[in-house]
Amino acid sequence: MPCTTAMAKQLIDTYVAELPPTVQKAVHQSTATTTEKRYQLLGDDFTDSDALRKLAGSIRQHTLEHLDTYLAQAEESLTARGAKVHYAVTADDACRAVTEILLSAGITKVVKSKSMVTEEIHLNDYLANHGIESVESDLGEYIVQIDGDHPSHIVRPIIHKTRGDIARSFEREGLGDYNDDPETITRRARKFMRGKYLEAGAGITGANFVTADTGRLVLVTNEGNSRFCLAPAKVHIALVGIEKVVPSDADLAVLLNLLGRSATGQQLTVYTEFINGPRRHDRPSGPEQMHVVFVDNRRTEVLASDCKEILRCIRCGACLNVCPVYRQASGHAYRSVYPGPVGAVLSPLLAGDKFKELADLPKASSLCGACNEVCPVDIPIPDLLLRLRRRAHEEHVPSPGTPPMAGFALLGSHPLIWRSAMTFGAAKDYLPLDKMPVPYLGSWLKTRTLPKWRGGKFRTWMKSRHGRNGGNGK
Amino acid sequence: MINLATRPTSKRVQLMATCLCDAFYDDVAKATVEVLEHAGCEVVFPENQTCCGQPAFNCGQWPAARTVMRHTAQVFAGDEPIIVPSGSCAAMMFHGATLEFEGEKDRAAIEQVGGRTWELGDFLVNGLGIKEWPGEFHARIAFHRACHTRGTASGPAVMQLLESIKGLRVLPFGEAEQCCGFGGTFSVSFPNVSTAMGELKLEHVEAVDPDYLVSGDMSCLMHLSGLAEREHRPIKTLHFAQILRDALHHRHGQATH
Repeated sequence: MPCTTAMAKQLIDTYVAELPPTVQKAVHQSTATTTEKRYQLLGDDFTDSDALRKLAGSIRQHTLEHLDTYLAQAEESLTARGAKVHYAVTADDACRAVTEILLSAGITKVVKSKSMVTEEIHLNDYLANHGIESVESDLGEYIVQIDGDHPSHIVRPIIHKTRGDIARSFEREGLGDYNDDPETITRRARKFMRGKYLEAGAGITGANFVTADTGRLVLVTNEGNSRFCLAPAKVHIALVGIEKVVPSDADLAVLLNLLGRSATGQQLTVYTEFINGPRRHDRPSGPEQMHVVFVDNRRTEVLASDCKEILRCIRCGACLNVCPVYRQASGHAYRSVYPGPVGAVLSPLLAGDKFKELADLPKASSLCGACNEVCPVDIPIPDLLLRLRRRAHEEHVPSPGTPPMAGFALLGSHPLIWRSAMTFGAAKDYLPLDKMPVPYLGSWLKTRTLPKWRGGKFRTWMKSRHGRNGGNGK
Repeated sequence: MINLATRPTSKRVQLMATCLCDAFYDDVAKATVEVLEHAGCEVVFPENQTCCGQPAFNCGQWPAARTVMRHTAQVFAGDEPIIVPSGSCAAMMFHGATLEFEGEKDRAAIEQVGGRTWELGDFLVNGLGIKEWPGEFHARIAFHRACHTRGTASGPAVMQLLESIKGLRVLPFGEAEQCCGFGGTFSVSFPNVSTAMGELKLEHVEAVDPDYLVSGDMSCLMHLSGLAEREHRPIKTLHFAQILRDALHHRHGQATH
């Protein structure tokens, strides 16, 4: 039942009230099932999966603390393998770098595999504006693309869509008559995509990891689409957030073991690719050119902030799946590329001077800590949400529905006033609270009762026992 | 970072009753005293206590929260264990406070207090070494693990005690790891999400038809019982301290509603 108090509303809370029940149900079912699979698999496969999460967290944190070193090392290793390394400070720089590489090679058609950083920098729009056709090859991302929509989940971009929605989109795009059988949809997408792979001059990918010591670029997918993107293409461009570097191959053993299990409840994704550079005399297949564009886009600002732990994230989406708020709200409620708990931290930070516009996201949490409990790299997400709430308060961002706490601080630090309040609070039981315009309380009483006031009763009882058993303190 | 492994375990303890027990749930605080006394403890109640300051902390209003926490640290001076019948307030003392006082001059003094704080169930089992609880309590219960005990020893400790009580059966229920939707001021600033989360919890609990819904945090239970009452759902709630106390007297508990 939507809440209709006169108070200003939190946007995510309003969004939840207006979300169609079918979408909410689909999101809840899918996320709850994946959470359960993840839990089972980690429990079955490891005697102490928590220890593994903490190890992975320390590997990622160590990398962040020495990112300058590892990034330089990764550049050196990649270059030695024959890749060309570019650095992009802003989203615009990254898009421009990609466009220049493509246009200088005379390429106007590209295929893409799924990559969150390319969503973040809005690469497809930029390329389209420069006359370059870019087709998403991940089925979910392709559907998002033809619908002019946005992904609502990091791993499952169309978690908010039904198969009927997809069948209608395919019909509209001329990919056959209406048919909502998942296998038929997939076959049609596959047939369409094969043509696109062969036409494309370049394949664009992200990277799940880049190893600093060996310069290996690691990609995981379930559809094999990133391999297809790179098989016929002359040029491979990988867009990589600067935080994706890990020190060595050995670290991949820990991180890959956790990534598949955390993301989709798989021991390992169907495809795990280790890309070791462009085509060479001793490596006769693959693209002739390989470019790695390291994207900053405010990551160094995050690194310098008190929320840098969020850069440990390996984009598995486990925190979205377990989050009770995400389960109610779905991804678009977060109004940004990264939804859910990780997005509630990362999106306001990446927004730069538009922090205030997304400062409500960290409030959309009961701070239950489920996100931290499932995080494969043990990010203390609730602590980071709290730090961002403090920042929002310090920057005087209005927070609808959040009471001012000056009165609470006065009460809480003056025991005499506190004890009087405990006594006089009993008045509440005699007032028609649900009919009074008491802010905040109205919001509670809309769906919940309050218990009877029993302020001070325990204190009286405790006093009556004084002397019997050690008595009272100060 | 406070090392929870080095907290004191002496049997002279200070009781932090929590603001919710102070205002609404006196029987839970009484039960806590009686349970601790049964375990051989001498319970001291510092009268000037107010609140752990968590409401302001969670709103991002840290200076206000620190004002309350500084008062609390003063009230609970000493070296005895501080026992709290709430996983949430306990976590505020030994975790939230360290965050809240980052960069503050008196952080060490605050952490000294946090470093003595125990959630009740954790103290009974891991502090005092009690492995089973005597008495009888004939009921089927659903136990809601309060979220702020995640990653602490409290959840397993309370389960161990409850499962050892003669006549008591703890029923598993669906999506048990999910939050009840209270979340402090979250419950009023996100009323739709909070209510939906609470309803989901109540539906899962109702599906196994327990005699009581039990938790170690009255904040969760205030939200859930308030919701149940408004929606005329026949769910009765108890704090586990009330069960431990009533088991000693071989009597069926009095629901808080």
